[in-house]
Amino acid sequence: MSKYTEDDLKKELETKEYEYGFYTDIESDTFPIGLNEDVIRAISAKKDEPEWLTAWRLDAFKVWSEMEEPEWANVKYEKPDFQAISYYSAPKKSDPNKTLDDVDPELLATFEKLGISLDEQKKLSGVAVDVVVDSVSVATTFKKTLAEKGIIFCSISEAVKDYPDLVKKYMGTVVPKTDNFYAALNSAVFTDGSFCYIPKGVRCPMELSTYFRINQGGTGQFERTLVIADKSSYVSYLEGCTAPSRDENQLHAAVVELIAMDDAEIKYSTVQNWFPGSAEGKGGVFNFVTKRGICEKNAKISWTQVETGSAVTWKYPSCILKGDNSVGEFYSIAVTNNYQQADTGTKMIHLGKNTKSTIISKGISAGKSQNSYRGLVQISPRAEHARNFSQCDSLLMGNECGAHTFPYIEAKNKSAQIEHEATTSKIGEDQIFYCNQRGIDTEKAIALIVNGFSKEVLNKLPMEFAVEAQKLLEISLEGSVG
Amino acid sequence: MELKEKLVSSFLAFETTVDTASGVHNIRTQAIKDFELYGFPTKKAEAWKYTSLNKVLKNDFSLFPKKEVAIEYKEVKKYFINDLDTYKIVFIDGKYSSHLSSTTHDKFDVCLMSSALTQNRFKAVVDVYYNTIAKQDGLVALNTAYAKEGAYIYLPKNIAADKPIEIVHFSTGAEAAMLLQPRNLIVVEDNSEVTIIERHQSLSENKTFTNSVTEIYAGKNAHLDYYKIQNDISNASLIDNTFTEQHDHSVASVHTFSFGGEITRNNLNFKQKGQGIDSILNGVTILEGKTHVDHNTLVEHTEPNCESHQDYKGIFDDKSVGVFNGKIIVDQIAQKTNAFQSNNNVLLSDKATVNSKPQLEIFADDVKCSHGCTIGQLDESALFYLKTRGIPEKEGRALLMYAFANNVLDSVKIPQLKTRINTLIAEKLGVSIGFDL
Repeated sequence: MSKYTEDDLKKELETKEYEYGFYTDIESDTFPIGLNEDVIRAISAKKDEPEWLTAWRLDAFKVWSEMEEPEWANVKYEKPDFQAISYYSAPKKSDPNKTLDDVDPELLATFEKLGISLDEQKKLSGVAVDVVVDSVSVATTFKKTLAEKGIIFCSISEAVKDYPDLVKKYMGTVVPKTDNFYAALNSAVFTDGSFCYIPKGVRCPMELSTYFRINQGGTGQFERTLVIADKSSYVSYLEGCTAPSRDENQLHAAVVELIAMDDAEIKYSTVQNWFPGSAEGKGGVFNFVTKRGICEKNAKISWTQVETGSAVTWKYPSCILKGDNSVGEFYSIAVTNNYQQADTGTKMIHLGKNTKSTIISKGISAGKSQNSYRGLVQISPRAEHARNFSQCDSLLMGNECGAHTFPYIEAKNKSAQIEHEATTSKIGEDQIFYCNQRGIDTEKAIALIVNGFSKEVLNKLPMEFAVEAQKLLEISLEGSVG
Repeated sequence: MELKEKLVSSFLAFETTVDTASGVHNIRTQAIKDFELYGFPTKKAEAWKYTSLNKVLKNDFSLFPKKEVAIEYKEVKKYFINDLDTYKIVFIDGKYSSHLSSTTHDKFDVCLMSSALTQNRFKAVVDVYYNTIAKQDGLVALNTAYAKEGAYIYLPKNIAADKPIEIVHFSTGAEAAMLLQPRNLIVVEDNSEVTIIERHQSLSENKTFTNSVTEIYAGKNAHLDYYKIQNDISNASLIDNTFTEQHDHSVASVHTFSFGGEITRNNLNFKQKGQGIDSILNGVTILEGKTHVDHNTLVEHTEPNCESHQDYKGIFDDKSVGVFNGKIIVDQIAQKTNAFQSNNNVLLSDKATVNSKPQLEIFADDVKCSHGCTIGQLDESALFYLKTRGIPEKEGRALLMYAFANNVLDSVKIPQLKTRINTLIAEKLGVSIGFDL
């Protein structure tokens, strides 16, 4: 894989932008900071949205203004000032690259190490990429190939224009606009995101992918993803996120909704390496995400996530197993280093008969970080023969970090079978010694052991992502052993 | 008038019945203020998410029993462990019953909290330990404010109690609804050893609500075994707050057997303040009807090289609800900690509910901590096997349940007590098993 630099992205953006002319008429724009009804109307107007959506946003805003920020998560941070954020920012047509110049060389190095290249990915692995830079989708590739199969894959703003019926019918059905504080905020101000529809019986021939970046300082990223898999269809969706180094904390409050109809399958993989803050715990992204999927009869939703970035992560990808025989899966690796904090896990709500869920969560904490698993397994009285298996393992590196487990298990049906186990351990000195003895230095040895620890989850990632994720693990743990 | 207001306003009346000159007076006054501030816990509190006290608190409880009721020994004989020689501290409606009890001051003290709080010769111990181990929340504060009677057990250094101590609370139903608040203090000094069996029993269908607080201090190398039998009638609710502080190389175990009661909540807290400590928390819960049992445990590991073992088994039938909310905290300096937590449940009915929340909070890296939780059913093929051997279904099921709870039952060290618990379980399951388990 050839090395990818910011320049490549710049070039790509320039060309893509003109190719699709997605917002040729827009002047520039970062909205002035602050949030009120006018700002929401302005966002809506800017995006030329139908009236129902404007009303929907305003509804959400109304509810949001009465909500309180949740405090139950096991994370400590300075609450963002929601009036100090600009809620809309699109790269300027005339000078789209201005903000890319002051990119931290450390980040460039990271890019290089990862070998991320949107172009590469596209060419080599047949991945269609929907690039989201600062909330606005600037490039969507492979649209044509997909269109032949009847697959819709576009930005959510396009979808609102071109497929309003689908959007109207499904948006907010899995994550109601009033679901929680951040979901409500997102519903009010979301600027872009991805939309994907797989028609009946179609197996999506390639991995669909979105790449998110946060460029502008002081902007929040509020994207919204809606994936609909119609009956008997299949799709694998990848989501990758990066943010350049920024001093102040940046807010990221996304909403992802998955709908898997009868016999459909959705595989949703995330690799998240938002800027985690400096080694002194300064800056970094706040990642407050609501992800949820609903399974109809015989459907399956599988969440796979590799979380290495963000100063604060607050994320619980969930499955509502509504249909009989539906399956929910959650595979997660969460790595925290330095002053990072992660409170992540899943919810498996068993409503239908013979529903199954599997939870595998691996937490790795190093430095002064705090890593929590928080999960819910709920078996409703109607869910005959529901089955759940959960396993959460934590690996501690160094004695200043913490690992926490908060599982909630609620069973209301006698035929339910639930297993939950959790362990906490550290890397054995004998393991490291064994590696050293065979000429593997300590840093490499740790990477090796961590990889082994995470294998069960890494195996679930699509191949291209697995390679990247492995490297990411190495990078995030760099310097964590002295 | 709501119970909270009633309790706050009745405090002055209560003060007239106790000695306000003693040092405990200040503790009481502070406690009632704390209670006024915290009040009763609600479902909004994370630790009370699955247990609501509303149903219990709406009763109009009488706080001070108006008359004393005497009970004949033969009426309540079955609630004692007869074939076992024990010291006994017996309370009837919160009042000490001297003719049912057998206490001692020989070598060590097994007596009354009311004496300990008022008499000078206990002052040295009470000043050091009383109300220092319990963590103050609304319910503990309420108990502290009204603390007057309970068991006081003090073992000086290098003494092993020669026989177990039974603490039994009877409520006679002399009042339509009665609130009882026993307060126990158990101090086991270095190298000493004691076994305690505690039981709460209602003798009528009237409502009883017990809010009990027990403070336990275990010195270096001390050994403590505490058995709690909770097999009350369905109109009796119990909140048992037990706080244990342990020092170097002490071993403390609390075994809870919950077979009845309307709402039972066990708040079990262990604080380890030394090295080489072992804390053991075991429980067997077998419920039917509409009973609700909530085990809420907290083990704090604050120093290196300690262990804790938690093993809770539950079998739930009819509309019963079982809650397990366990938490292990391992401090940063508590390296080489081994902490284990296991919660296994069997659901026998579609209306029964199990809510389990086994939590770990770990700040040290060189530790072995694990928890496991399962919810399932009895193995049908094992049951079939038993049937083919001529064991009827009911007995077969009972056998499998015994096997399921066996780990915990095995930890009971007194044979007579073990037989008693086995009998209780057999009664509960409606079988008579003609061999010794």
